[in-house]
Amino acid sequence: MAKNETVDVLIIGSGASGAAVAWSLAETKMRILCLEQGDWMKPADLPSNGRDWEARRYADFDISPNRRGRETDYPVNDADSPMKVANFNGVGGGTVFYTAHFPRMHPSDFRVRSLDGVGDDWPVSYWDLEPFFAENDRMMGVSGLAGDPGVPPRQPPMPPVPLGKTGTRYARAMNTLGWHWWPSDTTVATVEYEGRAPCINLGHCTPGCAQGAKASTDITYWPLALRAGVELRTRCRVREITTNEHGMAAGAVYYDAEGKEQFQPAEVVIVACNGIGTPRLLLNSASGRFPNGLANSSGLVGRNLMLHPWPQVLGYVEDSLDGGRGPMTVMWSKQFYETDPSRNFVRGYTLQFARGTGPVNEAVVSTAHGRLPWGKDHHRVYRTLLDHRLLIGVACEDLPEECNRVVLDPVLKDSHGIPAPKIEYRISENSRRMMEHGIARATDILQAAGATNIYASRTVLNSPGHLLGTARMGHDPERSVVNAWGRCHDVKNLFIVDGSVWVTSGGVNPTSTIQALALYIADSMKQRLATLFD
Amino acid sequence: MTGDRMQPKAEETLTSSECRDLYRVAGIMIPASEEFGVPGADDPIIFADILRSFGRDLDDVRAALAQIAASAGGDFAAVDEPCAEALVRQACGRGDAAAAALGRAILQCYYRDDRVLRSLGHEPRAPFPKGHTVEQGDWSLLDAVRGRPQLWRDDRAG
Repeated sequence: MAKNETVDVLIIGSGASGAAVAWSLAETKMRILCLEQGDWMKPADLPSNGRDWEARRYADFDISPNRRGRETDYPVNDADSPMKVANFNGVGGGTVFYTAHFPRMHPSDFRVRSLDGVGDDWPVSYWDLEPFFAENDRMMGVSGLAGDPGVPPRQPPMPPVPLGKTGTRYARAMNTLGWHWWPSDTTVATVEYEGRAPCINLGHCTPGCAQGAKASTDITYWPLALRAGVELRTRCRVREITTNEHGMAAGAVYYDAEGKEQFQPAEVVIVACNGIGTPRLLLNSASGRFPNGLANSSGLVGRNLMLHPWPQVLGYVEDSLDGGRGPMTVMWSKQFYETDPSRNFVRGYTLQFARGTGPVNEAVVSTAHGRLPWGKDHHRVYRTLLDHRLLIGVACEDLPEECNRVVLDPVLKDSHGIPAPKIEYRISENSRRMMEHGIARATDILQAAGATNIYASRTVLNSPGHLLGTARMGHDPERSVVNAWGRCHDVKNLFIVDGSVWVTSGGVNPTSTIQALALYIADSMKQRLATLFD
Repeated sequence: MTGDRMQPKAEETLTSSECRDLYRVAGIMIPASEEFGVPGADDPIIFADILRSFGRDLDDVRAALAQIAASAGGDFAAVDEPCAEALVRQACGRGDAAAAALGRAILQCYYRDDRVLRSLGHEPRAPFPKGHTVEQGDWSLLDAVRGRPQLWRDDRAG
């Protein structure tokens, strides 16, 4: 096995959290290396450059790694889950492949046990993270509007995405009902921002932005981190983290771009592979000293998987709206976010209001739902659907349950022969009640907007791809995997910075909070450099 | 236009009998319409696009065609039009992976055809680099929300 020079810090994974940590730690002038199993994405290769832009979302840009099946992907056995896994493997990770909706967790999300008697409190608060939220907003470039009574004060550096015809329609309905709404925070540049061109409404944000208006860490954090001296090696798939005779992480064994096995020694190892990849790696790093997987004396590595049940409710109006043009997400509502004792569930959800979709996707989804017939009536019905769609997502908080987990599949392996992850997940009764409440309220809104032909999907295939909770943080080593600043209780030079350290999930898209937490952990490390392993 | 990135090799595409059946299925699923001035999915240009664009769906499309042929007693070409339409409806109604792949294979090519897109008021082009225009909308509607009481719980409050 080839052995490389020892680095001070080895980061595994270059996505939302890995990039933020790399950038933050770069100022220490330590030797920092990041190993990424995927490639750099080229803007010219993204789907919106071609006439087959919609077809590719079902092929090489499918959100499911199992269908996408790139050489750089690994398979996930999700047969034992009603919700399927979505992710992306490449420089930027899931930020290449997200809708760019960028809400923060709320203060109450960090205190769910104290406030609502469920789950557990986090060992950090919203206010601990607040300066890092703001720093991340500047780094990623957030568009939005200050003054929202639904969330704590913040100052997005760019104006919000347009309401458009679709948002205006929603807004009128929400005002009729007297319910809260506000333009969403997104990481879509609405003006020139730090070298990024403004959005030109390609309308196809999720599988990468050819314009470069959508923030992904390959175009935000990474150029700055590389300029500051961080090294990033692509097509390097880590098999396991090894440990030395002192029980400390020694480095990582990985396969390079040619498939050659390499060993990378490091003084500090930081794992940033998110809620599926991180427990997979820790479980694959079992050894005589750590027979149940690395950093797993609590038995909680892989457990408490949270996926955000995300019903979608759609309907159609007579007027022609924005269709698939423009950023997909336009506004949010926090009307039902906080716990209300009069409801039959605890915690709550964000309503996320979307524009329509493209011609192919409208046809594929509508035939699958049965509202678009085949045969002679196809054309007439289709013309009542395309560009007439309203769609509301219900972003439900998913509470942690130990039975929801990631394990190693006994049979399935990736292209390097590394055991693949298997997820075992069920939707809880509290979540189901919350979902039904959200579906009913979204239906109220669509009806107030004049929509008919209303349809609710309770679980949307391969969505939303929020992978959280499988190496949770906490003060008690018997009830958590990492401490309050991301260091593993069991291995004092091993850190985890991704969504797997989340204690609860909130009812929001997680990327903003994942990155704020990663910056917080990096800052904590910098403040403790002399005593990092004590 | 083509789906170049998903173009299968010649030997990886359908047999002649599968092609014949698919041609008939496509015309039944999306027939031409004089009323809307659009071709059917069995239009030569669209059908050629379908044939070269199966990509990773090829096996499932084959399975769907085999199901239809089996339902027709082994020879889909031999059944009359009402029977063929009923068999296609039945196959599409199964909702399995094969039926989904068959529908997707047809729709993804039909709804990128220049003539079809123009009939829908869409420009037949890639989104990039021209993009689209989205109006700002009516921001005065937000006045009803500004200044409302705080909705979020402040965990610092006593």
